[in-house]
Amino acid sequence: MRKITHILFVFCLAPLVAFASGPEMKLDKAPIHATDKLSLQRGAQAFINYCLTCHSAEYMRYNRLRDLDLSENQISDNLIFTGQKVGELMTVAMKKKEAKQWFGVAPPDLSVIARSRGADWLYTYLRKFYRDESTATGWNNLLFDKVAMPHALYQLQGMQSVSVKTVDDGHGGKHEVKELKLDAPGTLSKTEYDMYIADLVNYLVYVGEPAATKRVQLGIIVMLFLFAMLGLTYALKQEYWRDIH
Amino acid sequence: MSKRLDSMIDWVDARFPLTSNWKAHLTEYYAPKNFNFWYYFGSLAMLVLVNQLLTGIFLTMNYKPDASMAFASVEYIMRDVDFGWLIRYMHSTGASMFFVVVYLHMFRGMMYGSYRKPRELLWLIGMGIFFVLMMLAFTGYILPWGQMSYWGAQVIVSMIGAIPVVGQTLSNWLLGDFMLSDAALNRFFAYHVVTLPILLVTLVIVHVLALHEVGSNNPDGIEIKANKNPVTHIPVDGIPFHPYYTVKDIFGVVVFLIVFCGIIFFAPEMGGYFLEYNNFVPANTLQTPDHIAPVWYFTPYYSMLRAVTINFLWIDAKLWGIVLMGASVAIFALLPWLDRSPVKSIRYKGPYFKIALTLFVISVFVLGWLGTKSPTPLYTLLAQIFTVIYFAFFILMPWYSKIDKTKPEPTRVKE
Repeated sequence: MRKITHILFVFCLAPLVAFASGPEMKLDKAPIHATDKLSLQRGAQAFINYCLTCHSAEYMRYNRLRDLDLSENQISDNLIFTGQKVGELMTVAMKKKEAKQWFGVAPPDLSVIARSRGADWLYTYLRKFYRDESTATGWNNLLFDKVAMPHALYQLQGMQSVSVKTVDDGHGGKHEVKELKLDAPGTLSKTEYDMYIADLVNYLVYVGEPAATKRVQLGIIVMLFLFAMLGLTYALKQEYWRDIH
Repeated sequence: MSKRLDSMIDWVDARFPLTSNWKAHLTEYYAPKNFNFWYYFGSLAMLVLVNQLLTGIFLTMNYKPDASMAFASVEYIMRDVDFGWLIRYMHSTGASMFFVVVYLHMFRGMMYGSYRKPRELLWLIGMGIFFVLMMLAFTGYILPWGQMSYWGAQVIVSMIGAIPVVGQTLSNWLLGDFMLSDAALNRFFAYHVVTLPILLVTLVIVHVLALHEVGSNNPDGIEIKANKNPVTHIPVDGIPFHPYYTVKDIFGVVVFLIVFCGIIFFAPEMGGYFLEYNNFVPANTLQTPDHIAPVWYFTPYYSMLRAVTINFLWIDAKLWGIVLMGASVAIFALLPWLDRSPVKSIRYKGPYFKIALTLFVISVFVLGWLGTKSPTPLYTLLAQIFTVIYFAFFILMPWYSKIDKTKPEPTRVKE
């Protein structure tokens, strides 16, 4: 315990040099719209086909997808491949312990990943995989160096490779810039793939907080009510306070 | 009907001081008629307290204080409980807004000298409320069992353990374990939903009773009781709390709710300040997050904790940091005796106090901002400078408040 506290305090008090791992990569803005139901439906399909084999979304129920204008029959006929009931949670059969042996880390649950990472991070991350023979999976990622996850979508995107260029920064210094190049095209064009990822990220943002759209809708009604009350209560106050002033 | 109601009230009054209390605390409690904007935050704090108690009860119905289930149960509330997301956001936003209104309430007291005689005890009770509120916020933040819950608590717990001689024993006793674990989560839940709320509600009642004994201060910092109508014995500058301040406070409540609901419905995370992004990652006891930052209301103290980097007098920097952090909160309690100014309100105080208070507010904001950042040598130096300014406001007060050039107080309150 003493050791832990000591480590913690060193951690808290010392300048955190260890985390300064060079300039942070600029994230691409995810072109997503929470109200675009078709995009969300496509995203759900992509998620269930590609992600939900290793990654769970274990706080999310299949039948919640009715939010996306899907019927329970459509959900169970087209989106459940595990034989689960429509009211069950999006779990995976892969055991955490085994996954850890295979990948080094267990694939994280994706229910609230968009709330911790943010949409732009996910949108950038899923488009920046490249071939790297030095890693265990043969894949690496420009945003998340030495990531344990292989590129699950390479058939769609194709295979990218990285090249390092030295750029003059205009102040006499030089710094390295990594660039990705598409070596072998996948089944989707670059634009199509970007849209595919945008749909997927849109869906992940939705799964992070399924009530978000309802929250905003209800919020507008609440605000209208409060602004009406603002006028009324101000008039009431003025009426009472007439005899003070 | 009215006759029947009157006879019912008479029946109760013969057995319980209903009418007399109604009068003493509402219709015949005379408050100064010149309350301004700053006087809304006491009643707003009460509103937030009620909000926290009510939403807290509903959260308790579905929350599971178990290290393996806590995170999932919060997400269950967010998804599967009817309006669970609303209840949870009301509670999480309420926690931050509690500090917003309490900080403004305290700042009001500092501006208008509300801590001065005869309100010293009222101020001290308020300090007790502030301390319990911080405990509540800390224990509550652990409950979702996310990464920030766990590692933030780890920092605080290691601070308890660093207290000389008794620290480790005290820490074991509070946690029920040698480290932060399931046993500790259960205990923090018990503190958060039973022990501390009872203490808080009790202290709030005592705070209001003490206020109604001495009477409210006002922006002019003069005693309205010193000038009473010779016939009615009612302060000439006083007006009944009900209906005048009740209707005024209702208006204040609506303004507050517009802000409060604006956050709940349109920005519940408040850009990571009210709900930290890292707390959407379940607690992992083996993986320290890159950057541990407390929620915004604790960041000024956290900055001061980190500002001490040198060992001094055989005591290491860590312990000094803890002492300084504790002192930064406790020192507010000394204000009634540090202020030697002949006047109470900032309206009649001189330039020294105005400069000192401005510097103090700036230092709180800078320290608060620094507390959200990873420390660099520059940030640490800034934190040290502003920690000195923060404490100088209090420690030098007996001198600058005494020699300050004050203006004469009026005999009647100004409109």
